[in-house]
Amino acid sequence: MAQIFHRSANTIARVSIFGAVLVVGVLGAALYGLALSPWYTDQHVAPVQPVPFSHRHHAGELGIDCRYCHTSVEKSSFAGVPPTQTCMTCHSQIWTNASMLEPVRESYRTDKSLSWVRVNALPEFVYFDHSIHVSKGVGCTTCHGPVAEMPLTYREGTLYMSWCLNCHRQPEQFVREKKEVFNPFYEVPGNQAEAGKKLVAEYKIKSLQNCSTCHR
Amino acid sequence: MNHDPNSKNLPVESIDIAAARARLEQAGGKRFWQSLQELSDTPEYRDFTHNEFPANSEEKTSGGIDRRDVLKLMAASTALAGLSACTKLPTEKIVPYVKPPEEIIPGRPLFYATSMPQPGGAAGLLVESHMGRPTKIEGNPEHPGSLGSSDAFAQASILDMYDPDRSQAVFYEGRISNWSAFSAAMVDVRTAHAPKGAGVRILTGFVTSPTLAGQIRTLLTRFPEAKWHQYEPCGADNVYEGTKLAFGKPLNPIYHLDRADVVVSLDSDFLTSGAAHVRHARDFSTRRDMAEGVASKLNRLYVVEAMPTNTGVVADHRLNLRASEVETFARQLAAAVGVSSAAGGAAAPGKSADWVAPVGRDLSAHRGACLVIAGEQQPPAVHALAHAMNAALGNIGKTVEFTEPLEANPVNGTESLRDLVNDLNAGKVEFLLILGANPVYDAPADFEFAAAMSKASLRAHSGVYNDETSELCHWHAPASHYLETWSDTRAYDGTIGIVQPLILPLYDGHSAHEVIALLTGEAGKSGHDIVRDYWQTQRSEKGASFEALWERSLHDGLVAGTALPVVSASLRGDFAHAGSSQSSSADAGALEIVFLADPAVGDGRFANNSWLQELPKPITRTTWDNAAFVSAATAQTLGVTQNDYVTLELAGRKVDVGVFIVPGHADNSVTLHLGYGRTRVGSIGNGCGSNAYLIRNSSAMWVAQGLKLTKTGKQYSIATVQHQNSIDLEGHPGEDKEGEAAQRRDLIQVATLEEFRKDPAFAQKSDGANPNPALSIYPGFKSDGYAWGMAIDLNRCVGCNACVVACQSENNIAVVGKDQVEHGRVMHWIRIDTYFSGNLDNPEMYYEPLPCMQCENAPCEYVCPVGATTHSIEGLNEMTYNRCVGTRYCSNNCPYKVRRFNFFLYSDWDTKNLYGMRNPNVTVRSRGVMEKCTYCVQRINEAKIQSEVENRTIRDGEIVTACQGACPAEAIVFGNINDPASRVSKLKAQTRNYGLLEDLNTRPRTTYLARIRNPNPEMRG
Repeated sequence: MAQIFHRSANTIARVSIFGAVLVVGVLGAALYGLALSPWYTDQHVAPVQPVPFSHRHHAGELGIDCRYCHTSVEKSSFAGVPPTQTCMTCHSQIWTNASMLEPVRESYRTDKSLSWVRVNALPEFVYFDHSIHVSKGVGCTTCHGPVAEMPLTYREGTLYMSWCLNCHRQPEQFVREKKEVFNPFYEVPGNQAEAGKKLVAEYKIKSLQNCSTCHR
Repeated sequence: MNHDPNSKNLPVESIDIAAARARLEQAGGKRFWQSLQELSDTPEYRDFTHNEFPANSEEKTSGGIDRRDVLKLMAASTALAGLSACTKLPTEKIVPYVKPPEEIIPGRPLFYATSMPQPGGAAGLLVESHMGRPTKIEGNPEHPGSLGSSDAFAQASILDMYDPDRSQAVFYEGRISNWSAFSAAMVDVRTAHAPKGAGVRILTGFVTSPTLAGQIRTLLTRFPEAKWHQYEPCGADNVYEGTKLAFGKPLNPIYHLDRADVVVSLDSDFLTSGAAHVRHARDFSTRRDMAEGVASKLNRLYVVEAMPTNTGVVADHRLNLRASEVETFARQLAAAVGVSSAAGGAAAPGKSADWVAPVGRDLSAHRGACLVIAGEQQPPAVHALAHAMNAALGNIGKTVEFTEPLEANPVNGTESLRDLVNDLNAGKVEFLLILGANPVYDAPADFEFAAAMSKASLRAHSGVYNDETSELCHWHAPASHYLETWSDTRAYDGTIGIVQPLILPLYDGHSAHEVIALLTGEAGKSGHDIVRDYWQTQRSEKGASFEALWERSLHDGLVAGTALPVVSASLRGDFAHAGSSQSSSADAGALEIVFLADPAVGDGRFANNSWLQELPKPITRTTWDNAAFVSAATAQTLGVTQNDYVTLELAGRKVDVGVFIVPGHADNSVTLHLGYGRTRVGSIGNGCGSNAYLIRNSSAMWVAQGLKLTKTGKQYSIATVQHQNSIDLEGHPGEDKEGEAAQRRDLIQVATLEEFRKDPAFAQKSDGANPNPALSIYPGFKSDGYAWGMAIDLNRCVGCNACVVACQSENNIAVVGKDQVEHGRVMHWIRIDTYFSGNLDNPEMYYEPLPCMQCENAPCEYVCPVGATTHSIEGLNEMTYNRCVGTRYCSNNCPYKVRRFNFFLYSDWDTKNLYGMRNPNVTVRSRGVMEKCTYCVQRINEAKIQSEVENRTIRDGEIVTACQGACPAEAIVFGNINDPASRVSKLKAQTRNYGLLEDLNTRPRTTYLARIRNPNPEMRG
């Protein structure tokens, strides 16, 4: 019986089999890359805000404590975004005519809130609590990055579950002394490995990895 | 919700009463059963127990789409499903305050004390508020009426406040108007009827608010010819008429159940209905505590009633008598305890003859420490007899005390409304103002209120809903909900609570105070100023000391020292002649009807509350409907069966309703709940059930003779959950049937006090219990730190359903609707399983609240293919919604049937008005996701974080689950079982402690304390 297929069909078959695997692989890799890219994670992307607020200026250059504005960070799950009144404590005295600050003054005048774009947003099914992290020696910059060097605020981490678990699995690599928690210029010491272990014991830090720690 | 008869196929309703009786006789001994379906042992019932959901459940969808259509749609959507995870998070906005209000810390709730006004006595509450949004209601621990607990109505009232069906605008002659036009109209009324106010009538519910009463009195002094009428469809008229018969004046009885060793209820459901029921349940349950050393305090409860109630379930002895026969029994009992004037008259009916002597002796043996309570639906004569018995037994001043009525101006509501109707018909009424009441719907049918009302030339109605009465009034003005209102109100003992608003009115409502102010010439005065000014005139404190009193009263939720003083009450000299017997004329063979307030929607005021509509009612566990409740024997006599659609005819008036057979109901009697059949309340309540007010007459408000019941030939499906989620006791079909009896595991453990004393550990000796933990192939589970557990005391539970609604409110649990309930898809995380034992006609009844057992060897966890349900180190059986792909393997593998699946998008994601109500700390679940009780993990986490921040361990009692917090009987206790000093550990250490299905080696963390009954040794058998 004559061959149905020409000899070249073998090559075509081989190429298409390996090609298909390759295409699927490349596509997978591309999607994975996309999922980690700033386009998707919003990492290092500063959104446009109603007022181009600079943490570099306020927290870095002026040295205003984080808690001056984020008042509930030690008491509540939510760190708190300052009310217009907090801005106006200074800006009723300085830069009173700056056009950049007009939305702030308008908000204060009209009693209408400013509407900021959330930079560090978690999905609705994730319940994060600032107060417990801060009180256990997790510094602001550990998660939020070098805020004091950000002219416009952007997201530092991916905020993926793997990113959270990275610390929850090995808190000793990230914990710092409680007095350094709000230091925006904190640098990880060289002896973090052993100092971290000591702090984990001292602060009774638990490596919580149960689902209900964050999901409920 | 339109529930037409004949509109649907009937899934699991076939009942064979004869077969049920035969099975019961054959079984003999202690055999627990849950429903007539179970006893009839129909294939449909087997389907319901052996399978997680009935076999046809997959076929049924909610929107008229069939399964094939869903599959077609799914084929397309599955292709895209993988990509759905790739959507970017939507941009969120943060909108901070401009000027921050005091005290609010974003992310942390605040609690405010307020009171929920209810006819007959307010509930004292603490309301949780998240940044200005009330989200959850708890009891106020300092309030005498609640002592920190609450009931299903209070729990569900938060949904009423957000209800988008509430009236949202002023209407004039059916068109949208506005408040300034309404105010102007009221000013016109004021000038037109000056100076004396002739032709002005005001109709309200029973007013316990001192401020409102003060305002109306001011109005009446200005307009002396105006009249004020009060009407409550389910008011305590008979209570006051009873005290008038006994003592010569209307008095408010206060029962101290904690002081009573023996309690006799004459058709009174005092544990779960009536104004003081939360306090009653607390006091009663303290006498059911079986902890070491207090067992001798165990009280004894006799209940005589027609329709089984929660109080009847808790009773040690229960007798079913027709409501009209209770009086004869009461008379005999009174004679037996030495009320001389009661002697003579008819002999005690039927079985009750055996009761008179022993109950009488038991009461007489506990002089000064016993109590007789008459039900609100019983005629005044029975109330008077109860008071006479209490007087003869020396109980007055000990277990029962009396105060002046709570109402500022106590009247007989029916008579007051009759006067109004007479005036209307005589053309004497020009302007009728109705505040809160809904007489077009709930007035007695013979008043023909709608026709009478039309004779008033100007009619105005203020109500939370634009309802049946609003429709026939010229003006309708939306009223504010109590959570939006400044007011004041009295609790059962007279204690005054200030009602303070949690939020500005959502729907442009104004309170009754503000409407009355329009007529008294104080237009525009705020509710706050009206209430505060009234209090300033009432108190001697002035200036700063008044300010302090006001602040303190707001903070505490009550004005200290305002409980009504106890007054002395002695029987009238001419008591013997008081009270003719209305029921002696009742023909023992004729059919009678009893009207009762519905246990879920009350007198109809909660008809648009979907939480309450879907709340399984006690014993029958029906939802979304009322029904003609009859006994099995009466159903046979009448030739009707479950779900027959029948016509009830009383004095020429008719209503059509479905039949439902209730084990333990009195024969020759039909119970019909009020509150259903509303036509104009909202999308939830309209068309649910049948309107019992259509056949209720002013001459027989509660119990009426001469009922005619005829079949219509149609069927009407009543959604009951009683046979759903039944725990399969028999294992798999086809297994060794000879071992059936041995296999049968008693989920309810019960003993008499005598048996318990002989064998305190009886509950732990059931067959196959406590298997060796080493028998498991899985490694043993151990929690080192906290180990959460729960103990539920069956001796305390009164089945009031507060826990079910509290859980629904706390955990954002969706309602599914009648159609889905019929298919076994109710979403409640905790259910009150109801068991019967003994014969069909007067069974013993048992309650078992069933949340997730949080098994240490949880069968659900091993079968999840995606790790969505896992075990926490502290012993919680966690459910991670965002991981769940909806295989339902877990619920299929759960022997307790506590897992709930979102077959559809049950959570209302579209109605924006409801967003604010939801607990921000619990995920709102979507379609295709499994959910279950988590022991309120959000509360556990909050307490853990708080304790870690404060560098301490969690204190016992610091975490209170929602069900525990609501429970008025303190039957549910949660805590750390690794701490031997915790309350839960101590309860679990009692010998009464047992787990359900322990032979499966699931090692449940939720365990039960067996029920101990305390029967009278004289009344065996």
